[in-house]
Amino acid sequence: MPSDRRLEREAAKRRRQRRGQAIAVASSVVVLGGLAALILTSPGWPTVRETFFSWSIFKQSFPHVLDAFWLDVKVFVIVEVAVLIIGLVVALVRIARSPAIFPLRLLAIVYVDLFRGVPTILLVFLIGFGVPALELSGTPSEPVVLGGIALALSYSAYVAEVYRAGINSVHRGQRDAALAVGLTETQAMRHVLLPQAVRRVAPPLLNDFVALQKDVALISILGPLEAFREAQIIEAQTFNFTPLIAAALLYLAVTVPLARLVDRLGGPEGAVR
Amino acid sequence: MSAAVPVLEAREVTKAFGEREVLRGLDLTVREHEAVALIGASGSGKSTLLRCIDLLEEIDDGDVLLDGEVITDPSIDPVGVRRRLGLVFQAYNLFPHMTALQNVILGERRAHGASKAEAEERGRALLARFGLAGREDDRPDNLSGGQQQRVAIARAFAGRPRALLLDEVTSALDPELVGEVLQAVRDLKQEGMTMVIATHEMSFAREVADQVAFLHEGRILEQGPPTQVLESPKQEETRRFLSRLLEAGRA
Repeated sequence: MPSDRRLEREAAKRRRQRRGQAIAVASSVVVLGGLAALILTSPGWPTVRETFFSWSIFKQSFPHVLDAFWLDVKVFVIVEVAVLIIGLVVALVRIARSPAIFPLRLLAIVYVDLFRGVPTILLVFLIGFGVPALELSGTPSEPVVLGGIALALSYSAYVAEVYRAGINSVHRGQRDAALAVGLTETQAMRHVLLPQAVRRVAPPLLNDFVALQKDVALISILGPLEAFREAQIIEAQTFNFTPLIAAALLYLAVTVPLARLVDRLGGPEGAVR
Repeated sequence: MSAAVPVLEAREVTKAFGEREVLRGLDLTVREHEAVALIGASGSGKSTLLRCIDLLEEIDDGDVLLDGEVITDPSIDPVGVRRRLGLVFQAYNLFPHMTALQNVILGERRAHGASKAEAEERGRALLARFGLAGREDDRPDNLSGGQQQRVAIARAFAGRPRALLLDEVTSALDPELVGEVLQAVRDLKQEGMTMVIATHEMSFAREVADQVAFLHEGRILEQGPPTQVLESPKQEETRRFLSRLLEAGRA
């Protein structure tokens, strides 16, 4: 039998919760309703609705944009795998202490500085148009491949730094303990430091995945028919921007679930196991 | 005392971190089956000495010998030396992403090349021996400090070391958990394990150690049987250190 004091506390707690919910609902209605009213009553709204949100054009263009979107997904998956591997290798080279790989370390530093410092769109241009212009035999000439290479080079530089920060964040006592049980430096990295580092950097890595997924649209400047490009083509034919909205929804369909995954991994519990 | 070659020997060991000289020509001898307690103020170099012996720090001058062989020669591979020694850390330093059993067998599998089945069987037996039967699959965060430190002792012992180095193994523990860890060390002593024990627990040093060495300003200022060093120290500094501990209620 709970005491009166306890019942009173529980009632007060419920009142507080109800009040909080009421405020949240009211403020959402005011803010969102206000925004909706502002947009819907704006003088240009009827035109905007017709050119951006035309249902008939949406229905007609969506299958085409979706078809093209598979290219985005393919490029994303392949580039992401490459980025995870290249980024890790660059991070390990930067961290290794062996004097034998000093030149590689120098190269890794220059690589990160250079490719992280140049806008991704510029890299896509330079590699997409520059490499074929060299006319070297054996170099890829497919725009999709070149665009993918540009994206991989750019994102690997970021991801290398994420890995490196993760490895450096593992307490040095862990390395000591690994060496003390008789592991070599390489074994200590592989079995003790890296597994802990990767768990820690999973949220920032996923964050970079989200960014990469969107940036796949950049390869459209080289010509491949991916979602954004396809949407633009239909837009040019119909003089209507709705296909771009369709493309945007497709990107969101991938990035929003990824973002929720990031939230869960980096949540208050941080329970990444 | 046997005339055999000592298991561990430090000769004139010098170690500085930048300008700060921590060890200044330190000599220490540890014979087979002997437990040597290292006592001394915080910062007197106890941990540094143990880390230098395990080659986690490079000494500046002097030599450390293991079974009569100089191990601090720069041409010697430190990995092989560390496989012959065990080190237990003050803060346990267990691998948090592994279970208790995985912690214990990592060295045996990767450093000593034991098969998984073999290492696991021995790891379970070791954990049971230190009172951790049933906790094999727990991760360190699910264990108490005392349990974690016992896993760490099992891990250090798993490599069949010639000598165990214990670095203030009870300092991070709640007082009521100290006893279980000391019991584990007592068991090892009874089995004849050669040990160097850096400690603040004077009563424990008195009970378990064959020799007590007082570290002061980077040297062993006084060394002898516990009764002698702890009860009738010859050096003024030793007396002062012990009376400070007595005041703090730790002796």
